[in-house]
Amino acid sequence: MDRLLNVMTGLSALLILLVLVSVRRARIRVEYSVSWLIAALALLILSRARGLLHSIADLIGVTYPPLALVLLTGCLFLVIFYRFSLIISQLKDDNIALAQRVAILEYHVQSLKNAG
Amino acid sequence: MPPKNGKSLLVIVPAFNEEGAVGSVIADVHRVMPDVPVLVVDDCSSDATVTVARGAGAQVLSLPHHLGLGGCVQAGYKLAFELGYQYVIRVDGDGQHDAADIPRIFERLRSSGCEMVIGSRFVNGTGEQTSMVRALGSRFFRVVLRPILGKAVHDPTSGFVGVNRIALGVFSRSFPLEYPEIETLVVLQRRRFRFEEVPCRMLPRKSGRSSITPMKSIYYIVHVLLGVFVNVLKYERRVPKQPGRS
Repeated sequence: MDRLLNVMTGLSALLILLVLVSVRRARIRVEYSVSWLIAALALLILSRARGLLHSIADLIGVTYPPLALVLLTGCLFLVIFYRFSLIISQLKDDNIALAQRVAILEYHVQSLKNAG
Repeated sequence: MPPKNGKSLLVIVPAFNEEGAVGSVIADVHRVMPDVPVLVVDDCSSDATVTVARGAGAQVLSLPHHLGLGGCVQAGYKLAFELGYQYVIRVDGDGQHDAADIPRIFERLRSSGCEMVIGSRFVNGTGEQTSMVRALGSRFFRVVLRPILGKAVHDPTSGFVGVNRIALGVFSRSFPLEYPEIETLVVLQRRRFRFEEVPCRMLPRKSGRSSITPMKSIYYIVHVLLGVFVNVLKYERRVPKQPGRS
């Protein structure tokens, strides 16, 4: 059990580090790093706070506490993926509308040039 | 390119890497309807589609990057709507649609007053130029769409489509992006718009070859089914049914 929790601690710390470095290098915008940092921090705390993890495991009816942590990790990442799917969909819609607008404006500019 | 043909019809030709066919498609349209302007919507082709289209006498709307069929067609609808056209007929850039059928679609659009007219390969039980996969797909979606639309549609996958200005306004704002033909019918039904079908001929491709593979066909069916049901479930303020409309 200790080994699994230690692995989770290490992975959470690595994720926090990775996100911070990416933010610093401007590869992730700050608003999109928040979800990852909160999730990684929650995992880090849960993997270290045994009492809290046992309580949560009892609450959701899981007898093996590290399994509760894995389940929580899965749920957290699902929420994050869903949120990013919403963002990507919105961005794609905006991108298509923008590309169409650019094409139409270019068409009008070209028509004006040809007329003048 | 303001409407100047009196009837204000625009023919749009969505095209992606169709340098081998688009020139003759434009020439065919000009031969059949000499006063009707043709707008080629180029989906960021990497070949000489734009040059060929301009050389054949079409106006060209060039997209800055590849959007796929729905985004490409919608760009044409948006421009047509902005320019004040009353009717738009879409003809595919691969030469499979016979330009000789355009006047019939246009006439039906004007005389019936319905929002969309589909050039159908199957309305008279023909469809001889259609592949088996496509014919099976059409048959499957005919069965799926019958209860949703409340009427039979013989060729739901046809891209040979004419719309009037009311539908043009709707599609300018909202248009299915990846495989638009079938979802468009559901969008129309949600707004209680009417559509009709007129028999049309399907020609062999003038160049290139179809990108449809068995795997893509399966993806297409799943994607379109999902799109249909999402559109059925989508919350929109529905337009009240008008008397005398089917």
